Amino acid sequence: MSTKNFLFVNRKAPYGTVYALESLEVVLISAAFEQNVSLAFIDDGVYQITKGQNSKGIGMKNFSPTYRALGDYDITKLYVSTESLAERGLTVDDLMELTYEDADDDYAEKPSIILVNREEMAAMMAEQEVILSF
Amino acid sequence: MKYTILVNEGPYQHQAADSALQFTRAALEKGHEIFRVFFYHDGVNNGTRLTVPPADDRLIQKAWTELAEKHGLDLVICIAAAQRRGIMDADEAKRQGLDANNIAPGFRISGLGQLVEGGIQSDRLVVFGD
Repeated sequence: MSTKNFLFVNRKAPYGTVYALESLEVVLISAAFEQNVSLAFIDDGVYQITKGQNSKGIGMKNFSPTYRALGDYDITKLYVSTESLAERGLTVDDLMELTYEDADDDYAEKPSIILVNREEMAAMMAEQEVILSF
Repeated sequence: MKYTILVNEGPYQHQAADSALQFTRAALEKGHEIFRVFFYHDGVNNGTRLTVPPADDRLIQKAWTELAEKHGLDLVICIAAAQRRGIMDADEAKRQGLDANNIAPGFRISGLGQLVEGGIQSDRLVVFGD
């Protein structure tokens, strides 16, 4: 089966609707198909990877630890919109430290989060072949 | 061109369900190929045969079933999303020890891999959602 550039665009907050959780389920399945998978976090989607999430009060499972496992699935490119962060008073320090081990560099631990502005985000999207937006 | 269609919203709640149906119909009329239609999130609710809209309203599920019969469409409902929302075929209902099923003719239940495969095999994957 051929390899394509897959992009999952995450636009919604992690709780409130099920989009973020069910998006993550597709992301994990796509890894099994050995595709070139990237994730984008824009608008309220940036909240999905904020650190210190506690969902106890709303009776939902806190699924944010799953994002930490993405590196193990060779999903190592998480593009985050700088404008979306700024508009919400967030900085990269509010995000989880998501990393992967680079097999081509003696398994050195490297950051998966790539901060991009809207122009860079658009250029990255233009290189994709399959875009799923949640 | 070869398309896979992703339907992420439920019928009557969100126009995306209608738009997906209309797009699919239009693509087929223009001679394009629909590799697969995949129903995810609340989109799985398009595949219950138990919807009974008012008599003067459109019949979304029936329209999908008829389109599938006419064109041999592959209408796939995500199993994980379906289980959360109570969309069952006979086998799955039996496996879960449930007393009923509600899947509409022309639809089948399968895994998310079918969506990823649709993305790989098609020229375009078109998402209908919020």
